[in-house]
Amino acid sequence: MNALRTLISPRGAVFLLLVILLAAIIILNPSFAEPGQFMRFIQRVAPVAIIAIGQYFVIVSGEFDLSQGSLITAQVVIAGNLVGQDDSRTVPVMVLMFVFGAVIGLVNGLITTLLRVPSFIVTVGMMLALLGGILWWTGGAATGNPADSFRNVGRGGIRDVPVIDYLPWSVLVLAAWLALAIWVTKLPLGKQMIAVGDNPTAARYAGVRTWWITTQGFMISSLSATVAGILLVGFAGVHPSVGRGYEFIAITAVVLGGVVLGGGRGWVVAAVAGAFVLESLFLLMNIIGVPSTLRDSVQGVIIIAAVAYAGVSFRTRRARPRPAASTQSSPDPGKEPAPPAAAAQSESHVLRGEGSNANQGG
Amino acid sequence: MRRSLKIGTAAAALIGLFALAGCTTDPGVTAPSDEPSASSGGTANEWFDQAIYDKQFAERSVIPQGPEDEVYLQHINAEMVDTSAYASPGAKKACFANASISNPWRQTGWITMNQQLKVLQDSGAISSMETRDAQDSDDTQIADIDYFIGEGNCDVFIISPNSTAAMTPAVERACATNKPVIVFDRGVETDCPVTFIHPIGGFAWGIDTAEFLIENLQKGDKVVGLRILPGVDVLEQRWAAAEKLFAEAGIEAVDYFTGADPAKIKSIISDELAKGDVKGVWMDAGDGAVAAIEAFEDAGVDYPVMTGEDEMSFLRKWKATGLTGLAPVYSNFQWRTPLLAAAMIFKGEQVPKEWVLPQNPITAEEVDRYLAENEGMPDGHYAKFGGENLPGYPQVWQQRIIP
Repeated sequence: MNALRTLISPRGAVFLLLVILLAAIIILNPSFAEPGQFMRFIQRVAPVAIIAIGQYFVIVSGEFDLSQGSLITAQVVIAGNLVGQDDSRTVPVMVLMFVFGAVIGLVNGLITTLLRVPSFIVTVGMMLALLGGILWWTGGAATGNPADSFRNVGRGGIRDVPVIDYLPWSVLVLAAWLALAIWVTKLPLGKQMIAVGDNPTAARYAGVRTWWITTQGFMISSLSATVAGILLVGFAGVHPSVGRGYEFIAITAVVLGGVVLGGGRGWVVAAVAGAFVLESLFLLMNIIGVPSTLRDSVQGVIIIAAVAYAGVSFRTRRARPRPAASTQSSPDPGKEPAPPAAAAQSESHVLRGEGSNANQGG
Repeated sequence: MRRSLKIGTAAAALIGLFALAGCTTDPGVTAPSDEPSASSGGTANEWFDQAIYDKQFAERSVIPQGPEDEVYLQHINAEMVDTSAYASPGAKKACFANASISNPWRQTGWITMNQQLKVLQDSGAISSMETRDAQDSDDTQIADIDYFIGEGNCDVFIISPNSTAAMTPAVERACATNKPVIVFDRGVETDCPVTFIHPIGGFAWGIDTAEFLIENLQKGDKVVGLRILPGVDVLEQRWAAAEKLFAEAGIEAVDYFTGADPAKIKSIISDELAKGDVKGVWMDAGDGAVAAIEAFEDAGVDYPVMTGEDEMSFLRKWKATGLTGLAPVYSNFQWRTPLLAAAMIFKGEQVPKEWVLPQNPITAEEVDRYLAENEGMPDGHYAKFGGENLPGYPQVWQQRIIP
């Protein structure tokens, strides 16, 4: 009963949609229910889910990161050009990529917070700078795919595993990255991010170093893009179009997961579910065989409908007085209609009282 | 509170639309168009035009005229025009309005064109070339052409149109200056340019590839068509011809738009393989071909019969896997021809009114030769780039030095 209520609630909408989509897929193509197939599906979602995790931390602290997609492209090209066919370079280049990712996140964060340039502009600028840099460096064509040892993370896996048949490395990476993300949301850092996204002034008064918190969000985002890039080098190969548009996919996934643009509320697991919904939608289109010219429209309408549903159910919930349940878990029923577990995460203990009334950031 | 919710919802809807737009409006056209949009009805595909189809079908088997070892100067069924009115001594300034260099095909051609320019500068035919890159925008290119007309001090206009209909008036304005105008790659709806240079065209591509797949497959086999994006006439013509031939031969064909994104291509092929056997893969451009082949490897099934493009990544993977393949060509060497044509026009030599360049696919017998000739080139290089006898070969193309 409780689980059902969670599913119908706005925050559960994304899970409900996911269940419906997966059910439809399995009904239309039963072979998808085989464990091996399902694992391959998760392998495919992993890069998208990982950048959605990164985007979650930026959005929840009230900013945007539009440079994710181009950072993926840059990382993919770096891998292709620097590793080449030399297996011994796999590890050093991966280390270099993480350093590069962290630096990009740091720059995004510092320009946004210290120079007070809107993150929308900073990250669009970063996107152009990275894309231009790639074009300049490669002349528009990557040299080629890197050594197989590098690609194995994104492409390979353990075969003949009992029960699940095939366990791609990507699935393990996604699981680890999600676990890490959940852990971060439970740290003071995660809670301060939500506080900063909700009300930066209040957070500052409460002693939060807002610039550093936001900057760390950007760094998590860039590191996530780096991980996604490493997986995509394996999954797809090196190509200047890999990563194109991923920032919008990530933002859409995060919004589908019920995270409020402008910051202050959200649940990282729901953001990952949002990524799964987007990829399921893509898979469903393939299975139904929707005419190629119609696909984007169908996909877009479903996404808008899903987000609108979440919006509508917020409103009906607020209209309905719910004295007992909501006042206890949250100071403001309109703002925190979350299931208890998520509500506990998304609140700063320090700022419980004042955080909610000034959420005009939107 | 209510305000922030509204803002949130509106923003979310907007982002959805953005994502949508990101999927649908990609101006990075991989291959150019050569004919005005086909508009006749009669068949299921609105892009199919029987007359152009028949013309290109015939041109495929014509033996081209021109110097045997200079494919970029050959022409098919040419009607020569007199250019003595333009004859004039001395080095001339060329003005080049380029649609874009936003994809590997155009980048490769652009590199080749600049090396050709150096040769003509050394020989004293061309003094300099001023280039404006429209970055895939019609508006920008119209402004570029008008700038050239007004203050470019140009002796010859070279135009690679971004789109057919939108660029026609600007090209007509350039013609009105009474200086020679050379159009190449995509066409315009006027015959005022001195010469219009292009390979045979999209239908020829579709015919070559579909015939190859039909020959190597059985009736009832399934072919997955991977297409870059809708609405670009030459890409649509490639598919229109192939789709028609597949239908006639009883081949089951499904098509997808991929944006040349290898991640998307791999997902699409994997899903098709989960649904059932896929015997053939057809591409309207070779970008991302490797991801399609790897999807078969990862699923542990036999390689398909496949048509890609003369891009090095496909040729290399084709060779490594030994699959049954064909590499159709949208002759990249056409980027050399416009400057050479300009030099001929200033000498008063005859040039073809419509300069149809050869467009021959690379077959299994030829692939070794093209791999050897293009050794060390990056994956995004096009094997039939035609610049082997230019200065800077091969380093300039290997390092992809884009001016």
